[in-house]
Amino acid sequence: MKLYEYLAKQRLAEHGVPTGGGIVCTTPAEAEEAARKIGPCAVKAQVLVGGRGKAGGIKLANTPEEAKARASEILGMNLKGYIVDKVLIDPQLTIEKEFYVSITLDGMAKLPLIMASAAGGVEIESVPHDQIVFSHVNIATGLLPFQAREIARKIGLKGDLAKQFVKVLTGMYAAFRKYDAELVEINPLALTDGGTRLVAADGRFNVEDDALFRHPEFPVVEEGTELEKKVKAIGLAFVQLDGDIAVMANGAGMAMGTLDTLAHYGGRPANFLDAGGGSGVEPTAQAFDALLATGPKAIFVNIFGGITRCDLVAEAIIQVKKSKGINVPLVVRMVGTNDVRGRELLAENGIAAFTEMGEAARAAVKAAYGKEA
Amino acid sequence: MAVIINKDTRVVVQGITGSQGQFHTGQMLAFGTQVVGGVNFDKAGQEVHGVPVYATVHEAVEKGGANASIMFVPAPGVKDAAFEAIHAGIKVLVLIPEHVPTQETMEIMAYAKQHGCRVIGPNTFGLISPGEQAKMGIMPNHIYKPGPVGIVARSGTLSYEIAYNLTNSGLGQTTVIGMGGDRVIGTNFVDALELFNADPATEAIVMVGEIGGIQEELAAEYIKANVKKPVVAYLAGKAAPAGKRMGHAGAIIEGNRGTYQSKVDALTAAGVKVAALPWEVSDLVRSSLK
Repeated sequence: MKLYEYLAKQRLAEHGVPTGGGIVCTTPAEAEEAARKIGPCAVKAQVLVGGRGKAGGIKLANTPEEAKARASEILGMNLKGYIVDKVLIDPQLTIEKEFYVSITLDGMAKLPLIMASAAGGVEIESVPHDQIVFSHVNIATGLLPFQAREIARKIGLKGDLAKQFVKVLTGMYAAFRKYDAELVEINPLALTDGGTRLVAADGRFNVEDDALFRHPEFPVVEEGTELEKKVKAIGLAFVQLDGDIAVMANGAGMAMGTLDTLAHYGGRPANFLDAGGGSGVEPTAQAFDALLATGPKAIFVNIFGGITRCDLVAEAIIQVKKSKGINVPLVVRMVGTNDVRGRELLAENGIAAFTEMGEAARAAVKAAYGKEA
Repeated sequence: MAVIINKDTRVVVQGITGSQGQFHTGQMLAFGTQVVGGVNFDKAGQEVHGVPVYATVHEAVEKGGANASIMFVPAPGVKDAAFEAIHAGIKVLVLIPEHVPTQETMEIMAYAKQHGCRVIGPNTFGLISPGEQAKMGIMPNHIYKPGPVGIVARSGTLSYEIAYNLTNSGLGQTTVIGMGGDRVIGTNFVDALELFNADPATEAIVMVGEIGGIQEELAAEYIKANVKKPVVAYLAGKAAPAGKRMGHAGAIIEGNRGTYQSKVDALTAAGVKVAALPWEVSDLVRSSLK
């Protein structure tokens, strides 16, 4: 889960990283008051979309009155689908130079990875590799200051600025560990005050979803479409796609393989849905119901029962059929644990089930479009 | 012959008294696996399917002779349980749970490496050696049979589909390894390829991969340089859009890394036959063994 900029900067500030001391506000009057304390400022929309500056979500103000006016323009604004309800009043900085520094999780190395560069202020993807310092952290010992000193030297920092950088990086790492982050990024890390001070001018902080149970202090920011949120609330993995055949399968790999197979035969999948391993009748029925509500041309259910029992999936489908009716063609493929009973139950309720995946996928395409594509 | 687990593997089940632990202990016993103990600190002295429950992994090692552990504890408890197992001298650790925080997985991997413990997972269906009647996992028992094919897979059900097709067409398996769907895992494609390449009983290798990450590309490099046995792959996620995470933490296309095409190109260039559809794998394996 991504944190808003102001929350990201609070996490950094509490670990000793200078962030400029911005103040978060929810009304124009608060913004005016904040600007009185801070002086010339930037009024920054707190939304989690990229390119907010270009979209009008960041404006400069030189007086408290201007800050109030800019805040009233930005608050309530619709930025790429998100309504702005908070602004950050941040001091305007005179920037001499911009650096980049981040900590991420490197899956292949199985270690945290620090990236730092003297070419900051732009997206790191656009910086040539030879201008980036890559440095893994030994997770058992943590980040020791010597490693931060070495990185500081490699990006051209000396003396007091190098010491400031060590404080920034060790603070970032402490916050990264404490809050189970998957990304902590400062870009730009700005050199200000006539080249004497490093300040985190912008901050990104993503907390890993699997660790959120340990951090109830963060307001939950849900991303995705309404339908995606609804299915995720049932506890299943779901992604909306732009096709018209709704798909339910069990297991992430199987769900992907099902989409690929449908597409191979000319079908256009409407979604990815991993109905999970060992889900009960109720969540399966709820997920099926959600798929039905999108008005697909057909529904394709593909189950290879392992810990998922085919008879329970059949019961879930029958429950939906009896309570709400299923008014679009339904194609079911079912093999594995209790598959014979599952197919029997479906047949008793007028639903035919296949055993071969390819045959079933072709039938789903034909059912949706009236012909094989 | 098989890799990682065999008839001498003596299994302890951490979290044996929970519903998943109980059910899968029964299934593993039915497959013929030597399950020598379970662990639950509060329920020591009880039995599950006739298997003694110990208070600690250390006791299961000392009294039951356990040398491998499979874990069914909730994700927040996995780090503690994994460190306990490694500290007790367990050499094969199978982490079934999903949603383990990645930083904790990293700590487990560092500790395991230091102690010479092989980790499978997390977020895996486990592994199975049919000819050795050794199973540490949650896969259905009846879809495997002994034979010459080694399978290594990122996902469970898709690998069941492929194993079932192989079995039905007369091609059994030496060992089937579930790597797990997380970003950080203990045993990856390259590790599994190395093991299968060295196993005399394995005559062909099947990789079940998916979009995201660069594991398949690294596997392709390894195969090109080291593997003489035929390798067949199926990759899921051809129809997946960029930037969307398809269930597994690792299954997301970011930038131009980890796309379906980059994986197919890398594997094909390494001499791997890539199946377009899951059930084509068995024909490709059969023709490569002739």
